[in-house]
Amino acid sequence: MGDMGEMQRFACYVAGMDVADRPDAAEARAQAAGNGRAAGAPPAPPRPKRRGVELALLVGAVLISFCGYLAVGLARTHAVPAGALRYAAGLGGLALLAHLVVRFGAPYADPLLLPTGVLLNGLGLVLIFRLDLETPADHAAPAQLVWSTVGVALFIAVVAALRDHRVLQRYAYGCAGLALALMVAPILFPAVNGARIWIRAAGFSLQPGEFAKVLITVFFAAYLAANREALADTGKAVWRLRLPAAQVLGPVVAIWLVSVGVLVLERDLGTSLLFFGVFVVLLYVATGRTGWIAVGVLLAAAGAAAVGTLEPHVHGRVQDWLHPFAGIAAGRGPGQLAQSLFAFAAGGTFGTGLGLGHSSLIGFARKSDFILATLGEELGLAGLSALFLLYALLAACGYRAALGLRDPFGSLLAVGLAVLPALQVFVIAGGVMGLIPLTGMAMPFLAQGGSSVVTNWIIVALLVRITDRARGPRPDAPARQARAAPDALGAVR
Amino acid sequence: MIRGIRHTAAFSFLLLTALLVNAVRVQVFEAEGYTGNPANRRTAIARYAQPRGAVVVGGHPVTGSRDSGGRLRYERTYTDGPLYAPLTGFASQQYGTSLLESSEDGILAGTDDRLVVFPWWDGLIHRRPPGGRVETTVNPAMQRAAYHGLAGRKGAVVAVEPRTGRVLALVSSPSYDPGELSGNGRSVTGAWRRLNEAADRPMLNRALRQTYPPGSVFKVVTAAAALDSGLVKDLDAPLDVPDPYTLPDTRTQLGNPTEGCEHVSLREAFRLSCNTVFARLGVGVGERGMAEAAQRFGFNDRGLRIPSPVAPSTFDTRMHPAQLALSAIGQYDTAATPLQMAMVAAAVANDGQLTPPYLVERVTDAHGVMVATGARRPTRQVMNPATAEQLQEMMAEVVEHGSGRTAAIDGFVVGGKTGTAQHGVRNEGTPYAWFIAWVRDRQSHEPLSAVAVVVEDAEAEREDISGGGSAGPIARAVMAAGLR
Repeated sequence: MGDMGEMQRFACYVAGMDVADRPDAAEARAQAAGNGRAAGAPPAPPRPKRRGVELALLVGAVLISFCGYLAVGLARTHAVPAGALRYAAGLGGLALLAHLVVRFGAPYADPLLLPTGVLLNGLGLVLIFRLDLETPADHAAPAQLVWSTVGVALFIAVVAALRDHRVLQRYAYGCAGLALALMVAPILFPAVNGARIWIRAAGFSLQPGEFAKVLITVFFAAYLAANREALADTGKAVWRLRLPAAQVLGPVVAIWLVSVGVLVLERDLGTSLLFFGVFVVLLYVATGRTGWIAVGVLLAAAGAAAVGTLEPHVHGRVQDWLHPFAGIAAGRGPGQLAQSLFAFAAGGTFGTGLGLGHSSLIGFARKSDFILATLGEELGLAGLSALFLLYALLAACGYRAALGLRDPFGSLLAVGLAVLPALQVFVIAGGVMGLIPLTGMAMPFLAQGGSSVVTNWIIVALLVRITDRARGPRPDAPARQARAAPDALGAVR
Repeated sequence: MIRGIRHTAAFSFLLLTALLVNAVRVQVFEAEGYTGNPANRRTAIARYAQPRGAVVVGGHPVTGSRDSGGRLRYERTYTDGPLYAPLTGFASQQYGTSLLESSEDGILAGTDDRLVVFPWWDGLIHRRPPGGRVETTVNPAMQRAAYHGLAGRKGAVVAVEPRTGRVLALVSSPSYDPGELSGNGRSVTGAWRRLNEAADRPMLNRALRQTYPPGSVFKVVTAAAALDSGLVKDLDAPLDVPDPYTLPDTRTQLGNPTEGCEHVSLREAFRLSCNTVFARLGVGVGERGMAEAAQRFGFNDRGLRIPSPVAPSTFDTRMHPAQLALSAIGQYDTAATPLQMAMVAAAVANDGQLTPPYLVERVTDAHGVMVATGARRPTRQVMNPATAEQLQEMMAEVVEHGSGRTAAIDGFVVGGKTGTAQHGVRNEGTPYAWFIAWVRDRQSHEPLSAVAVVVEDAEAEREDISGGGSAGPIARAVMAAGLR
């Protein structure tokens, strides 16, 4: 790493001007035209692996996080925080381990994925460490560090154990069953803050709905990949929509309905919104029918209107969004959303600097749902834009892999795993910034919450695996792929 | 499928754009509104994040700051709260600021632009200059003498330096400890309520904000008007004023508390404080002439600031002649702050030149580098120098042979005028004892200080002598403290 040629190629890569990219895109188009069976195309030359770029970016990501940690300490106590070196060593060690596993287990993986994950996770730890200073009784950073370690460990496990993402296709229904079980489980446990989405045992709290997100996405991708022709081309035509036969659409709608129903019962509307979004997007990508989008938007609008008027909790959120300062006028003082807006506004263009803001005025959920406000206040519009671009980069890796892959399952899975964090970031960031009504949801990697961090690392691991396949050499891809799909879900046809 | 993936990516890009546009809206375009929202505590947090600058009296700070450890970090402290409260005022996290703490708030809190050395750089790194210092003109010895002289009785003392207008002492009594109001919370709320509900109104600044009927001390103004207008040319010529004197167009007869006021000269009338003579002189000068004379001394001036705003002293401009007669002896609607009467004494002592008073000598940054001098207004001639000289002569006689003997200081020329002002319906309230005086160096003739003293609940007979009895010794003590 470090030589000029490598860096130049990296710059080209980031700018999307990679020469090696062009033939592949053309190939992908050919593949689309040939419906995935362009067997005659010559194999593209293998692309550079770029593991050196990944390592360099990882060093940068760890350094940035370390500097953030130092900045908080210097701003608050005028001293280097006690555990600074240990923190840097810990994060650096985790990053190095993950890098080695990728280097040997998925050498063609997109070099941007792992550094993006490490940087986001590192920033999240810095922000939580910073907010811990405001709440001496409640320190969340150590636990978050443990969960990050667990997350990286799972990342390593997934990359090492899952040699081919297409294996997942075989376990589609298993995934669906497990996801439903995970979602149902919290009903047996007491509600926390009005929502039954946690499992609490032995001092740990898990949010199984977070894991369910990935499993459900895997199921949707597998099912739609197997049945997309049936969904798109059979059945009665109604307007721009071709209603597929009930036995084709039935299982997926049923599972979707059950999952949404369970979530509504648990008062976790953010996650159900997410499921719905992923489902509609994947349905559209699989079938290519814009009608599904219309149906999806109509259903979403109807659902939102119904829930917004019937559910007092949600109704209140909508009112807050429309009138964030109503509480002040009524003499109750600024509400959470108003405090959040104050925090973002206080940040301005360049922010107050880490450790120097007052986002803790937000109060409850300052480290989880509202953690973005701390970043917005202390790093300003500049930092916030950089953060959004990091998430965009993550999603872009997914879309790029989806375009490069030849198997429909892989493409759909990649799209699903890219859309998942993208929607999540939009819903929670838009919520805390007054763009849309607030829905409780974790900012991926940033927010306090072990389940969320672990899940995000699994998402990155799956994307690493998929991009490795998409960018790597494909000696006999068409043949194997043709066999793989019917194996798993042929019975449904 | 490729098309679908591309559309999905484009959709994600759209979401990203929406987030970025919204971020620009919140953090740039609407940021000012959010930051200025009164419910946003950041303004207060920033304000109290650093120690407040000091108010300095006689070279020593009389204020400080205490780290409360709370979210609003620094609270104001006062070394001699009650003694200096009439000039500092309070700086409360809950109830705002008053007096110097209010008028010099920008300097003390560090928000004044003049404290910023490198505006662009400091703005970029969010540095706020430390609070500056406000150096006052007050002489601590005189302030203490005035405070102890009043000894908790209701009243006020103001001393000024006649040539410069520097305020040397500013006391209102009874006083309060502004430190009790500094923080926030229950104890502050309680103190605020207690101080506001107290019968003797300790938070009322009697020196600046309370006007009293000046009574006989106003005769200095009337005498100046009579001499300036040429109505009286010779101090020793007997004046044609009967005792009692019938007010114009009425049957009301005005008498005197003392004997010997019939057909006396101005000099005698001033020494004896003859109501009849000065009422008649006021009528002789006329409404317009009296009002103009009073206004030259500063009456009816709504804009006086030292830099704390001063309540306007009043002299009516549209009156019946009988009312004018009463106004000329400091009754009817004539009302004056103690500061106003100190200005009258100062103008006499300074040969007819009045320098408007000021309290802030200069303001500096935290390191003592001068930022500005206090706001000053130009000196103005309020009467003929000859008139001032005659008034000095008469006032000195009051201290040498008249009602003001208690104010005499060995080795210095002291001039004064006593007064007892009646008030209330049918004059049944306890009379206010007044004393205004000045002290001058015997050799150089330089006026050293001018003082006004009011004691509200003077334990005194309704006689002029009470002004000398209650207020005179206080005036003497204050002036003497300034001579040491």
